[in-house]
Amino acid sequence: MITLAIIVIPLLVAAGLFFVKDSKAARSIALVSSLVTLILAGVAWCRYLGGNTESLQFSFTWIASLGVNFAAAIDGLSLVVVLLTAVLFPLILLISFKSEYKSSFYALAMLMQSALFGVFTATDGLIFYIFWEMALIPIYFICALWGGENKIRITLKFFIYTTVGSLLMLVGLIYMYLQTPAPHSFSLAALSAVHICPCYQVWVFWALFLAFAVKIPVFPFHTWQPDTYTTAPNAGSMLLAGIMLKMGIYGILRWLIPLTPDVLAVHGSIAMILGVIGLLYGSIIAIMQQEVKRLIAYSSMAHVGLMAAAAFAMNTDAFKGVSIQMISHGVVVVGLFFVADIISRRTGTLQISSLGGIAKVAPRFAIFFMVVMLGAVALPLTSGFVGEFLMLVGLYQFNAWIAAFAGISIILGAVYMFRLYQRAMYGETTAFTKNFEDIKGLELFVAVVLVIMILVLGIYPKIILDIL
Amino acid sequence: MEKQIAMSNFLVALIPLLPLLSFLIIGLNYKKLNKTITGVLASGSVFISFILSVVAYFQVKAGATFEVNLFEWIATEKFVINFSFLIDPLSSLMLLVVTGVGFLIHVYSIGYMKHDEGFNRFFAYMNLFVFSMLILVLGSNYVMMFIGWEGVGLCSYLLIGFWFKNTEYNNAAKKAFIMNRIGDLGFLLGMFLLYVTFGSLDFKTVFSLAASYPVGSTIIVTATLLLFVGAIGKSAQIPLFTWLPDAMAGPTPVSALIHAATMVTAGVYMVARSQAIYVLAPLTMDVIAITGIVTALLAATIAIYQNDIKKVLAYSTVSQLGYMFVGLGVGAFTGAMFHLTTHAFFKALLFLGAGSVIHALSGEQDIRNMGGLRKALPVTFMVFLIATIAISGIPPFAGFFSKDEILVHAFAHNKIIWGLGFFTSLLTAFYMFRLLFLTFSNSFRGTAEQKHHLHESPKVMTIPLMILALLSVIGGFIGIPEVMGGHHALNQFLGRVFTAPAEELGLSHSMEWILIAITVIGAVLMIVFAWLRFGKKNLVPAGDEAARPALAKLFMHKWYFDEIYNTIIVKPLFWLSEFFHKIFDVKIIDGIVNGFGSLAVWAGGRLRYIQTGNIGFYLTAMVLAVVVILFFMLAI
Amino acid sequence: MDTVVEGLKLMPINNYIILSSLLFVIGLVGVLTKRNALVVFMSVELMLNAINLLFAAFSVYHNNSAGQVMVIFIMVVAAAEVAAGLAILVLTYRTNHSIDINLLNSLKH
Repeated sequence: MITLAIIVIPLLVAAGLFFVKDSKAARSIALVSSLVTLILAGVAWCRYLGGNTESLQFSFTWIASLGVNFAAAIDGLSLVVVLLTAVLFPLILLISFKSEYKSSFYALAMLMQSALFGVFTATDGLIFYIFWEMALIPIYFICALWGGENKIRITLKFFIYTTVGSLLMLVGLIYMYLQTPAPHSFSLAALSAVHICPCYQVWVFWALFLAFAVKIPVFPFHTWQPDTYTTAPNAGSMLLAGIMLKMGIYGILRWLIPLTPDVLAVHGSIAMILGVIGLLYGSIIAIMQQEVKRLIAYSSMAHVGLMAAAAFAMNTDAFKGVSIQMISHGVVVVGLFFVADIISRRTGTLQISSLGGIAKVAPRFAIFFMVVMLGAVALPLTSGFVGEFLMLVGLYQFNAWIAAFAGISIILGAVYMFRLYQRAMYGETTAFTKNFEDIKGLELFVAVVLVIMILVLGIYPKIILDIL
Repeated sequence: MEKQIAMSNFLVALIPLLPLLSFLIIGLNYKKLNKTITGVLASGSVFISFILSVVAYFQVKAGATFEVNLFEWIATEKFVINFSFLIDPLSSLMLLVVTGVGFLIHVYSIGYMKHDEGFNRFFAYMNLFVFSMLILVLGSNYVMMFIGWEGVGLCSYLLIGFWFKNTEYNNAAKKAFIMNRIGDLGFLLGMFLLYVTFGSLDFKTVFSLAASYPVGSTIIVTATLLLFVGAIGKSAQIPLFTWLPDAMAGPTPVSALIHAATMVTAGVYMVARSQAIYVLAPLTMDVIAITGIVTALLAATIAIYQNDIKKVLAYSTVSQLGYMFVGLGVGAFTGAMFHLTTHAFFKALLFLGAGSVIHALSGEQDIRNMGGLRKALPVTFMVFLIATIAISGIPPFAGFFSKDEILVHAFAHNKIIWGLGFFTSLLTAFYMFRLLFLTFSNSFRGTAEQKHHLHESPKVMTIPLMILALLSVIGGFIGIPEVMGGHHALNQFLGRVFTAPAEELGLSHSMEWILIAITVIGAVLMIVFAWLRFGKKNLVPAGDEAARPALAKLFMHKWYFDEIYNTIIVKPLFWLSEFFHKIFDVKIIDGIVNGFGSLAVWAGGRLRYIQTGNIGFYLTAMVLAVVVILFFMLAI
Repeated sequence: MDTVVEGLKLMPINNYIILSSLLFVIGLVGVLTKRNALVVFMSVELMLNAINLLFAAFSVYHNNSAGQVMVIFIMVVAAAEVAAGLAILVLTYRTNHSIDINLLNSLKH
């Protein structure tokens, strides 16, 4: 029932919030709701560790004639992303308190949370698809309503691009559905029990992969991403990069790999190579970026490229690495966008050339940024290291050369991240940063929570590794 | 007895944790703490660690080995990394060096950094560094070592760029971190290969499993070479050495602690630690020896033409590190660790002495503007002289014994390496005494303003100098070679770690004596030569732009390494980044994506014209369509 | 009555088909070429009646009354269509003062 509750509660809250005019009231309600789901996710975690998985799944008949059940369950992999979503939402909402959003923003955010929980728990193909599309709608409106320059054009491109991918996934799912023995079923178990000729599996593989690849995004399907991240409001970027792109990684692990086991060896390797290309490509581009959010966007593309590649390595090390990196990347990228948010609200600019010397005037902020950056460059004892290390170990077992190429990113990652940090934080202050106010109060609280998560996951990753 | 061991385990864990604790306290209260408290806290924590290390040393000497498993860190099905410490003779020796020298440098820094506004921040970073270095030394598996490995890299970054308003310093810091990361990639891949081969990264497991592999097997050679790439980055060997001279941008105590005594020797420690697998890879050993000797020689040639007091010492450090790798490469593992230890003493002393000079001159670092400081800074002069004699290899100072051990082994291994090593030691004696004479002898060449302010450093700075000077004098006695009637205490102490039987040198005692005589006489001659040029004749190096012979120019410009890297790596990378972004990403990939959109819009625009609104046109179209359809229906 | 039917059958069916095809094509050409809405209407009627003729002829030749039912049906539809069409024409004339069909292109924009 907990699984149902975490899907339904945000949905009901979202429905209610559309009628609340006062944005202060709306944000409080949203925050309370997200805390409730956080607690529920915690309860789910305890139950899962206690071995009580029965209570974490449910199934209702929805369209009997088509064999569609409203079914969801939480297992180890789901729990990781559910926890990520549950933890990040209150933080993102807290961060958004500093910006002036209307109450509809909070309604949309809650709607999105509901959809995300749905995606991460669904065990029925059609339900998965419905939640998948449902998650897109609120983020579209968030970006299109509160975005920056060129928001309509860029958001529309993002919307169409991802929808095209999703439709291909729907085709793939329906094809697999029709191959199930009568009466047909969309359930994950039934779909993965189907054994079709590898010659057809290839098509299913690419149909599903494209949907996930656009969302993640994997090279060369990434071009919507830098523009969208840059244009989207900061809360939108956090939702997109922190949680939403995990849908793609999760989709690969949960749906793509079980459904097309026979073609992974060959076509999975192609996807893996795309991931590694994206990793290096994004890292190299990030080096010369002149705008903070765009740099973060390309760095995020690099990180998820590695995750996408490792997802196809097909061994436990890589799998655990990807799982823990989903959390780590979520926390780190939200931290980075939080940094961008703080800088842009204080200085009104995100051009790296306009920044400088912030460490002098805002030492607490400098420490926070430093820890987040170290998480991003995967320094040992931060969360990033555990994930990247395990993923690289996994890739190495698959193919040493791929791991070697992927490893180059730890050098390039240091190049662009330290460049950003140095240009923004060190040197002399500029006209923009002269009166930079250090973080305090709410911002400090969020920063401390993020720092603690990065360090705890880095020092004692077993809390996550044990649930996989 | 049981209880005593358990107690010791806790104390072992305290060795790295105390500096960490101190770092946290200072780091979180950096605004509130006053300088005295910070200084005492930071040095005190390292001092207690030092005491504990001494206690551990005696127990290890008595035959104990500590293995402390704190918790399971990363674990997948078969891959288990414990957060665990190991104290055996090798790590015990390193512990003493790190905490001992580290403590002295901390005390010295209290005086040196007294007027700096970032005093508390400085000590926080220093404590963090000591913590990372101790993790590196204490780790009982490669991943633990890697934690420290990257941790010291980070602290090095923070401390090089300590005065972060200066962009050049920041660039130096960034360069250091990135070049270290290049090495780290090699280290990582080496670890992966070891893990895939042995299923574990625990030192004990890896070494015992590796023993069953034949000498020279491809896997072991590859793995050791990859690990050595990590050592190249960390210990500033060719081709990744250019970051170390730039790293002198940091405060001088940092150069002493990180870039002379401890961090840069991590590569040597790592190879010594992995001795069990390195002895199985003769090819790697040759690579190490060649890299070491080339680095030693190259850095020495550069050092001759440097005029920044710290840069001279930096190249000297690179050169001495090269020596240590020669020692490792020719199988003199004890010798390398011996040189590491004595080098930590006299090089830290040199840097701190240089710091004292810089302190007295309010930041002046160019030796052309110094001279005659002997009278104004008597203590500094004395200790600097001792350290210089030690590094030049004059008996019975510390450097003589360790360097001699390496050279003798090199001679037994390969005459060419010995020859180059001997030549390097001549250069070392020359450039070090050049530095000494230019700085301390004759008359002062700086401004009257500087002359007026000349002063000896306070006690808090000079006492650590004197202790280090004492160590530089007597430090060599831990390893008096057999030929001199000693029994090489260090060799016996480390013998338990270095599993392979000590290599028979195959040299007669008289041959050894001849080698020793040659090196010592050569060094003395070079000292005299340096005195003639810079002491008696009082020659002062010309300005940077002055005309020089081609070779001197090459040496002075550091063999143009930075320029070459800039041209073949940095600039192409930037260009590639711009190209990928502006051309490939925006124009080609996004162009294709947008092309699909444009295609839809274009097709819509064309198809729109069919909807003319003209009924006649519609009807004609309908009739034609009907005719076409009928035609096909009837045809079929 | 039978003799009339027999008499009609004496003429080969091809003659009916050719005649009605001719009438149909004449109507079609009228529809496509004429701009006057009234003429277009009349051409449409011509086409409908050509079809009617064919239906009737086949009905006789096959001794099947369904064809004649169809004829009646088409005549009814044609009448209704004329009623509606002429009403549109009148309205068009009132607004445009013309019944040129090329003026009826306001759907285009």
